[in-house]
Amino acid sequence: MDSGPVRRGLWLLVLLAASFCQQAAAAPPAEPRAGELLQLLHKDCGACHGLSLKGGLGSPLTPQALAGKPADSLVATILNGRPGTPMPPWRPFLSEEEAQWLVQLLQQGGAR
Amino acid sequence: MAGSTFATGRRTLARLLAPLLCLALAGCASTPLRGTGDLGVVIERASGSVQIVDNSHAQSLARVQGLGDLSHASVVFSRDARYAYVFGRDGAISKVDLLAARLVKRVEQASNSIGGAISSDGRVIAAQNYSPGGVKLFDADNLQLLSSVSTAAFGGGESKVVGLADMPGNRFAFALYDSGEIWLLDASTPSAPKVQRFEHIGKQPYDGLASSDGRYFIAGLYGEDGLALFDSWHADAGVRRILAGYGRGRQALPVYKMPHLRGWSIAGDYAFLPAIGQHEVLVADNRSWAQVATVPVLGQPVFVMAEPGGRRVWVNFAFPDNDKVQVIDVPTRQVIKTLQPGRAILHMEFTPRGDAVWLSSRDDNKLLVIDTATLTVRRTLPALEPSGIFFSSRASRMGM
Repeated sequence: MDSGPVRRGLWLLVLLAASFCQQAAAAPPAEPRAGELLQLLHKDCGACHGLSLKGGLGSPLTPQALAGKPADSLVATILNGRPGTPMPPWRPFLSEEEAQWLVQLLQQGGAR
Repeated sequence: MAGSTFATGRRTLARLLAPLLCLALAGCASTPLRGTGDLGVVIERASGSVQIVDNSHAQSLARVQGLGDLSHASVVFSRDARYAYVFGRDGAISKVDLLAARLVKRVEQASNSIGGAISSDGRVIAAQNYSPGGVKLFDADNLQLLSSVSTAAFGGGESKVVGLADMPGNRFAFALYDSGEIWLLDASTPSAPKVQRFEHIGKQPYDGLASSDGRYFIAGLYGEDGLALFDSWHADAGVRRILAGYGRGRQALPVYKMPHLRGWSIAGDYAFLPAIGQHEVLVADNRSWAQVATVPVLGQPVFVMAEPGGRRVWVNFAFPDNDKVQVIDVPTRQVIKTLQPGRAILHMEFTPRGDAVWLSSRDDNKLLVIDTATLTVRRTLPALEPSGIFFSSRASRMGM
């Protein structure tokens, strides 16, 4: 039984809906906070991931490197860190919405 | 083209003679003779430039541009202390003439690099790379590639190279972050270097240092409490663990920036080393390497640097405490002063005999020159998001 096309269609809908929700959730923070977050991203995340986010001791954060990774898990990594690696939890300095916005910027290549 | 502007008292003379000189001596150097022993290089990370500074008069002499991505750049000096080799994060090595304030040569040798070292005979530059991982050796005169040492050569994927330091006998030591090894590279025949490997030295070495006599190489470990020590006088004995278990089961605190190690952390009879995940400086006896004390500090230490005389040790910190600097008195092992000199203090560099220390404040776009006797600010100088400060006195020091 081939339900492929139907499934694919449904998936597309789900993905569209999900990306819509995510975009709605990740509205840019008001200035000057947005600017502060970008500074944090390049200067402090950049301490390990590179000023231009192409990687260092930490992995690269370019759109190519993050392609296909679920945004939710990237947001969780930012907020909670990754045990067993040097990635620390940034929750004391960022809200969930702010982390979502940064992930969206990174994945879309708008972080520069 | 490398831009440069010498701001000196020669201006008046130059104004009078400029038209004549331009015609008669175009391109000819009319700069008075000077030495390079009190010169230095300040990395301006975001603008891809370096400032050439004079630490006798605490002034900036020139800016050299066009060096690429200098985030996390580091510098070594030719042994005549005339040239600075700047290792950029984008994998480029730039050779800068301190006297002419000019970029002499720039080679792109990797896509992601972290630093380098110069051999004991001054002829070979070694670059340590993250991507692709490995070490490359270059002729110090013309930056021609001499050989490459892949850290993937022995299987298990290429490993990021950390802590590259020069050792006597044209050797270099470094650690491998991913595979937990220390390698000793003999570059006495730089076109065919030999590698001696030490495996299982500990989890996630993040940086390394060579002692100033070139005998020891120490790798800091992120993945466990302790450091790995290699004694080059007894290479057959392998690598042993020192300061093991300094966290003693305490909850590790988050590390928002990795500490940096270099040979400056050894003061007199003691080595002062940053703990990882504890807000402490570890103090070890530098012969037995036994832990003798810990000094509590206000945050995660990044640089732990002894004054050249060894009497005091200066500490800066990871985010979010990177606006502060603490000064430790060595005999009493107490913090005697907490300074708040500016936002994002990324680096500290002592003048050759330690009468002053220069600090870079990235987010306040300035350099501070602090008198080490009075702990007061002598002068501030403007700089564009400064990070590393490197004085040419490093040219004659091992492990720098």
